[in-house]
Amino acid sequence: MSEKPITGEKRAFMTGNEVVAWAALAANAEIMYGYPITPQNEIMHYWTRQAPKFGRKFLQTEDELSAGFTTVGGVLAGRRAFTATAGPGNTLMQEPMSMAEAMRLPTVTIVQQRGGPSTATVIYSQQEVNLTTYGGNGEGMRIVYSPSNHQELFDYVIKAFNTAWKYRFPTFVLGDGYQAKMRESVTLYDPAERGIEMVPTEPYVGKPGCPGVDREPGLYRNTYNVEEELYEVLQQHFADYEKMSKEVVEYAAEGTDDADLIIIGHGVVFRGVREAFKELRAEGLKVGYFRPITLRPFPAEQLKALATGNRKLLIAESAQGQLAKLVKDHIYGCTAEIVPLFKPGVGITTEQIVAKVKEVLK
Amino acid sequence: MSVTPQPAMPKCWRVESKPHKFCPGCGHGLVLKCLGEAIDELGIQDRVVFGCDIGCSLLSWDFFNCDSVQTHHGRTTPVMTGIKRANPDLICIAYMGDGGGYAIGVGGIVNAAARNEKVTVILANNTLYAMTGGQMSPTTMPGQKVETAPYGRDPEATGMPTQGPEMIAAITGAGAYVARGTMANLRQLKSYIKKALQNQIEGNGFSFVEALSACPTNWRTNAEKTWEFIEKEMPKYYKVGELKNPFEAKKEAQQNG
Repeated sequence: MSEKPITGEKRAFMTGNEVVAWAALAANAEIMYGYPITPQNEIMHYWTRQAPKFGRKFLQTEDELSAGFTTVGGVLAGRRAFTATAGPGNTLMQEPMSMAEAMRLPTVTIVQQRGGPSTATVIYSQQEVNLTTYGGNGEGMRIVYSPSNHQELFDYVIKAFNTAWKYRFPTFVLGDGYQAKMRESVTLYDPAERGIEMVPTEPYVGKPGCPGVDREPGLYRNTYNVEEELYEVLQQHFADYEKMSKEVVEYAAEGTDDADLIIIGHGVVFRGVREAFKELRAEGLKVGYFRPITLRPFPAEQLKALATGNRKLLIAESAQGQLAKLVKDHIYGCTAEIVPLFKPGVGITTEQIVAKVKEVLK
Repeated sequence: MSVTPQPAMPKCWRVESKPHKFCPGCGHGLVLKCLGEAIDELGIQDRVVFGCDIGCSLLSWDFFNCDSVQTHHGRTTPVMTGIKRANPDLICIAYMGDGGGYAIGVGGIVNAAARNEKVTVILANNTLYAMTGGQMSPTTMPGQKVETAPYGRDPEATGMPTQGPEMIAAITGAGAYVARGTMANLRQLKSYIKKALQNQIEGNGFSFVEALSACPTNWRTNAEKTWEFIEKEMPKYYKVGELKNPFEAKKEAQQNG
């Protein structure tokens, strides 16, 4: 029952959803709460097949509200709990994750983006960036990783559990339909064998001793009576978030020093961006790329330093400017010109990016 | 020097948060007193996780010396379910009003009941949304005047009052405990709550107690009229008693060999 799901390094050729389930197992996730929605379903399918073999649990709830709130309950009980959703399910998930934000609960949510608004397509988009980074009433104090391939899906799901439990902010891995459904090579590993220590979990409720006798009771709420009381609480959260951001923020960049144009993309679109960068450089064009790996907190300082002079920033995304909005917000005041390549709800190919860059640099 | 006699409080009540924040005449204090005494008598204070909803019930977030979680409107049942599933040793109590249980949270409660989740739900039914100013709820009675039914609830337009325990009794499996008590009979209400907790301790199934409760503030009643409403009006639609009792069922089964 309790043997490790993965020992040594295992090469595999599998779908992203399968990768997520294996990553959660490897990360010692103890319980998944979920509700079916495409394209994340197979995370639950694979989890429910593997979980009993390793003493892990699963509950299928009646909707995403309950999936989110039971996840919140699992975390309150001190378990490494997670859920997964997409699209309209992500919309509903914002209510429980807003509570997680208020109570500083280390929930982990995998989002496999689909088209929007509303039901739209069940296939693919990058249109859940707004919702995942700043959804819910509040200030968007959460951590959002945007992986671009299956290996990263595995790595960042493991990392998400650690970031969540270390800093106690709700954490998301923002995948998408392509990542969810396509097969790709991946190396599965046991985090411990790579020196990755899983941050220990701790119960919020049900700690040893009798409350009021041996210890203070844990009294958790997200309601405050007066404005000043909430203001005080939030100041601490903001301070913690800011302190954490420096440690958590991740990005990748290449060829930016002498670039006339920097291509910005995240998630699977970054794969096209990177290929385009290689092709264009081979042709002698002064092009670089910048890829935010954490969309929230955003690598603002790092991008700001690059958004100088009369450089152009070409933003490629499968949405109508959701990434661009994050970029503009964070580099406000910089002189670089922003050039959009928006394809909401559809994929972006290397060829499209190359063509766009050539058109812009002509 | 005169000494004011202090009313006896359940041991698990949190003295620091008393006097409590409910309006004078509100039923919550009495229902929570029954719950407190039941927790004391069962000796489970160290295992209880108390969850409360939005609405007046949220004012109980620091009511007990028990670990407590206050959540969103209607979400207390899933939060307690999540905790119970993650740590079955804990005794999880979801406390809510009729809006939280029968309207916005009905999906949560119905499905938790259908799955026979081993949690205890205690629902105070005061026939309206109290904290938001007295709007109609699923349990507002025909003809009853509330803010969003100022001429009285018209069943033709808005349906008949939700019969919560009856619904839950119908959808729960074996091992579920379901009852409706009233703040007009606290001894009985306490015995129901105690059985609902005992049922969870034994791991039999879902446990549910609706407590008929008062909202003199939004009912705009004085003490006399408040009691008249509880004792004469509410029982017209809400029958007090046990609807499902696994302890009795077990006893009967034993007697019948």
